[in-house]
Amino acid sequence: MLKRMFLLLMVFAVAVSACASDDGDATSAEDCEVDEVDGDLNFYNWSEYMDPDLIAAFEEEYGVDVVETFYESNEAMLAQVQGGVSYDLIVPSDYMVSIMISEGLLVELNKDAIPNFDNMDATFTSQPYDDGANYSAAYQYGTTGLGVNVALVGEGFPVSWALLFDPELTSTFPGGVSVLNDPRETMGAALMYLGYSLNDTNADHLAEAEAVVAAAKTNITAFDSDQYDEVLAAGEVAVAHGYSGNLIISMGEADNPDDFVYILPEEGATLWIDNMAIPTNAKSVCTAHTFINFLLDAENGAALTNWNYYGSPNAAAVPFLDQEVVDFYAATTEANTEVIEDQGDYEINYTDALARAKS
Amino acid sequence: MSVGLRPGSRAERSMAASSAFVFVFLYAPILVLFFYSFNENDNVGIWTEFSFRWYGEMFQNDAVMGALRNSLVVALVSTVVSTVLGTATALALERFRFRGRGFFDGLSYLPVIIPDVTMAVMMLLFFVSFFRLLAGAGMAFEFGLGTISLSHIAFNISFVAIVVRAKLAQLDTSLEEAAADLYADRWTTFRLVTLPLIMPAVLGGALLALTLSLDDVVVTSFVSGPGATTLPVYVFGLVRRGVTPLINAVSVVMLAASISLVLFSLVFQRRGAEES
Repeated sequence: MLKRMFLLLMVFAVAVSACASDDGDATSAEDCEVDEVDGDLNFYNWSEYMDPDLIAAFEEEYGVDVVETFYESNEAMLAQVQGGVSYDLIVPSDYMVSIMISEGLLVELNKDAIPNFDNMDATFTSQPYDDGANYSAAYQYGTTGLGVNVALVGEGFPVSWALLFDPELTSTFPGGVSVLNDPRETMGAALMYLGYSLNDTNADHLAEAEAVVAAAKTNITAFDSDQYDEVLAAGEVAVAHGYSGNLIISMGEADNPDDFVYILPEEGATLWIDNMAIPTNAKSVCTAHTFINFLLDAENGAALTNWNYYGSPNAAAVPFLDQEVVDFYAATTEANTEVIEDQGDYEINYTDALARAKS
Repeated sequence: MSVGLRPGSRAERSMAASSAFVFVFLYAPILVLFFYSFNENDNVGIWTEFSFRWYGEMFQNDAVMGALRNSLVVALVSTVVSTVLGTATALALERFRFRGRGFFDGLSYLPVIIPDVTMAVMMLLFFVSFFRLLAGAGMAFEFGLGTISLSHIAFNISFVAIVVRAKLAQLDTSLEEAAADLYADRWTTFRLVTLPLIMPAVLGGALLALTLSLDDVVVTSFVSGPGATTLPVYVFGLVRRGVTPLINAVSVVMLAASISLVLFSLVFQRRGAEES
């Protein structure tokens, strides 16, 4: 809801302020060469998402300063870029990339200056929000799946959303299951369980999904998006629906990490991707290209993932990754994953469906 | 104490119980936060063993320390400036009659009433168009700590003014008139009579301003610029990755800072009371 309000305000903001600053002095992307730097890099990123050692290595190798600034939501970042605050490199999530492209806020990348683009796994260059990856290069990704406590569920469980939604199955689990309190994720999971796409906008299908969630409710211990990982690690629920980044950390910290596995259901799962992109009012466009190329290097890409434990879109980085991260994300590229797309006015229906199913 | 109530009556005891409950309700979360900041585990809610690990990580984390420094700079600048301006505003509205006073009176409550998001977008748009104007005059300005401080001053003035006005309204104007009778000019009257009397409210307003500034996420993230991340914005960003006790450690340090500020102002006020 807040997100929607932000976006509305932003559209209004743009309408009023037209477009800010278009400095003529910035180099255009087509002229950038490999490893060229044209000034210090203003890097606008999420908190705790970038390994400080990699920043130091880049500064040393190319003799420029990297000024890091942090944001806490895609919408706040969008407001800043629309307001004309000049950043050279930003890290918008999937749906925000498509918004920023349609607003004309992103520079078309010059792939000639980014030879390491070839290291990218094909999954990440053919996403609907930027097909062909002309404006964005994947930074890190994560999935939404299920953390399973095998000691409580027992061996031989189905790799399916049935672990959440089949009441006969879940009634045998001590502690029950925990489901995300998020309309798109939870209704999306129910839609996938029924064989539909998580981006399905058919009202009848959504009504079926609502019935699935309502029927499963007796064994759902909590609709929870904040503590599920700790609750799972403490053995209080048998299965937790949640985000890969949180689950990998909590499951690793549990008393008996071998009891836990993270799975992506066969019917499909959510994939989210954060991407590097260059705003049109960037001042150091070439430095930004060089930085993207630097991070898409096999060893640097691996260093990033070994530091923040999110999935690496960099196929060449795999040999340099910690084994536990490889194991954890192994299923992603083969699994049937889908990115959540913004459904505009239809979004409210997911929210309503979940609210009705819960009550 | 207990007007019309027998000491130890049921009503009194339930009042005492309810106030105890309020204290538990308010302070138990802080205690939990405090204890878990000494947790060795990566998860906030799972206790493994006592350690100073997260305090160590906090002091070694350049991004956190940079954000903390930014927050303190913005908080101090905006508190000092908004306290001076807010007190002046309160005096002007409470003691003087001038054209448009009623209008200003209403206007001064606006930043308190309007939602944060609106304030944030307004500020952003204002700076964008103002900077464009200045660029036309050949002056270049950038978003950063300056714009954040200005925005915080803008919303803090109102809060300070409201707190100080309440005190001014209670003040007996005959004290100021007596000073004037004794040939004190306006400045002397203000310095020797009015200011000492309203000092508790001024300090209260300043503390409120400081807290609001240290807390603010929405306005700050809209008007921020390269290198100007403040601590609350940084902490909000952390939540996305799953909360570690690092946040507890940071919060405990900020809490300790606020508590010592409050103690300092209490001591200051008590000393003032003893002298007069």
